[in-house]
Amino acid sequence: MDFKSMKNYLYWLYCQFELITCSYLMEPWEKLLFYTFNISMLVMISYTAYIFIPVHISTAFQFFFWLGWYHHNDIGN
Amino acid sequence: MANPSAVCNGHLHHHHHQKQNNLLKSGVCKKNGITKGMKKNGVSNGTLYKKTFIEHFEQAPMYVAVLTFVGFGVGTIFGYLRDFMRAWGLEKRNIAEEREQQKDFVPLYQDFENFYTRNLYMRIRDNWNRPICSVPGPQFDLMERVTDDYNWTFRFTGRTIKNVINMGSYNYLGFAETEPNALKTVTKELQKYGTGICSTRQEMGTLDKHVELEKLVAKFLGVDDAMVFGMGFATNSMNIPALVGKGCLILSDELNHTSLVLGARLSGATIRIFKHNNMQSLEKLLRDAIIYGQPRSRRAWRKIIILVEGIYSMEGSIVRLPEIVSLKKKYKAYLYLDEAHSIGAVGATGRGVVEYFGMSPDDVDVLMGTFTKSFGAAGGYIAGKKDLVDFLRTHSHSAVYATSMCPPVAEQIIRAMKCLMGLDGTTQGLQRVRQLGKNTRYFRRRLHEMGFIIYGNDDSPVVPLLLYMPGKIGAFARRMLEKNIGVVVVGFPATPITESRARFCVSAAHTREMLDTVLNALDELGDFLQLKYSRYSKSSHPELYEETRFELED
Repeated sequence: MDFKSMKNYLYWLYCQFELITCSYLMEPWEKLLFYTFNISMLVMISYTAYIFIPVHISTAFQFFFWLGWYHHNDIGN
Repeated sequence: MANPSAVCNGHLHHHHHQKQNNLLKSGVCKKNGITKGMKKNGVSNGTLYKKTFIEHFEQAPMYVAVLTFVGFGVGTIFGYLRDFMRAWGLEKRNIAEEREQQKDFVPLYQDFENFYTRNLYMRIRDNWNRPICSVPGPQFDLMERVTDDYNWTFRFTGRTIKNVINMGSYNYLGFAETEPNALKTVTKELQKYGTGICSTRQEMGTLDKHVELEKLVAKFLGVDDAMVFGMGFATNSMNIPALVGKGCLILSDELNHTSLVLGARLSGATIRIFKHNNMQSLEKLLRDAIIYGQPRSRRAWRKIIILVEGIYSMEGSIVRLPEIVSLKKKYKAYLYLDEAHSIGAVGATGRGVVEYFGMSPDDVDVLMGTFTKSFGAAGGYIAGKKDLVDFLRTHSHSAVYATSMCPPVAEQIIRAMKCLMGLDGTTQGLQRVRQLGKNTRYFRRRLHEMGFIIYGNDDSPVVPLLLYMPGKIGAFARRMLEKNIGVVVVGFPATPITESRARFCVSAAHTREMLDTVLNALDELGDFLQLKYSRYSKSSHPELYEETRFELED
């Protein structure tokens, strides 16, 4: 299948998503409900990731760094 | 005489047997599998099978199973939501439910099958029960219908969709035709006898047409005698109770048709199920039956009967007849073979699986078949030894209570069988059988090459193509209809819930162009819907592949 443009490819991906999750079979209001639920879950997860992941990584990095610093001090003395 | 296509006087069957024996004497035996992808099911005794028995039951990759469950999960959640809305009055109730006074009794519509029907089947219901308005030949006309309320009700627009390629009718030899030349004798009989019989076989419903037909069926199959019934389903369900009763044991295949299951249950005998086409499972059951006898009294079983089908219509697999016959002889059981789909469709001259495996019809105790599939008529037959058929004439429920076959239909079967046997003076019958074989092999080979998962034996004209996901069932059938091709899709409960499929029935009346149209449409649709799950690629020399497999036949 050759896709004439990016738009066609995205439309095809959307069709695959519809087929796999059975939203192809749903009535319009059910689709609205389903997509609203999915998009809100995605937005919440990405917002959580945006807020918390840098904090977690820097804490983890500090923890391991502190461990190494402590070890060095021990050997020195 | 080395030319099997020459017109002869009905001894074609006998000559063919001789030819098979000669092949065996010259030491030609089974060949090795061809490509990596082919799973040759193990042959325990090398001399039982005179040609290779190749069946495919490929499993789909893991992600397909996961996504199928995701689809069903979403469908089930929305099903519960809709049921909740119906129960609380937020939505109109269109389905069957109990009356107010019955609400405190045992619920009738809460089991999984009803839930599935209400919530999943209804959404794609427009793909089934489509009314047709022409003969179901290789092309047919459909009545166009639309729905305004998401498949709860339909209305006809009045237009017909013309010349839809028919890949769903069981028209294996193409005898469902309206050509006036072909139907000359049928019209004559219609004018002579009319259409109604108005009686049962035992009262006044036995016509000379029935006697002629029964003699012809017996000659065709190479047995002593045969009896014909008006309905194929009723042949099974009404005659099995006449043959077995309490104190007998029925060993039935897992995937047997509903008519066999119903007949077995009605008979009152004990039923045990063995795994589909699995000879080890059958042998174990036979040994247990003989060693342990009946459940509480430990007496020997009065009769042990094995119920199998020639071709299983949902899988496309062919029964392992040589092994079953050797098991039956060893353990002294009886064999009931239902050749509904295989009579006329397999075998070098169309005589079914018995001929396909080169065996003698005396090995099978009860040969049953239907005329609906390959003969373009309606009804069924039971054939075997004269004692068996004489017993059925007096003791079968169908003979005593059901109306017999109507004369024009009997004449259609007579003319189709005469054509197959070559008795009408042409080689048209043999040509049809060969055309079906060619079409089947071509269709299956091309589908394998494209990368679809196809179940079943390479020689069976029933081709199931696996779809797996519930969303794709509806999409596939609708898009094929848009391309003017009519297909049958099957889901739960006729198949396991995760293995939904599209079932194609190849016919001798399909021309190469029609098959190519269908294959091109399948190619396109397979890419769009991502149906090409097969992980095995075929050899790059398809002509060579076909030759090395089929030089044994001619």
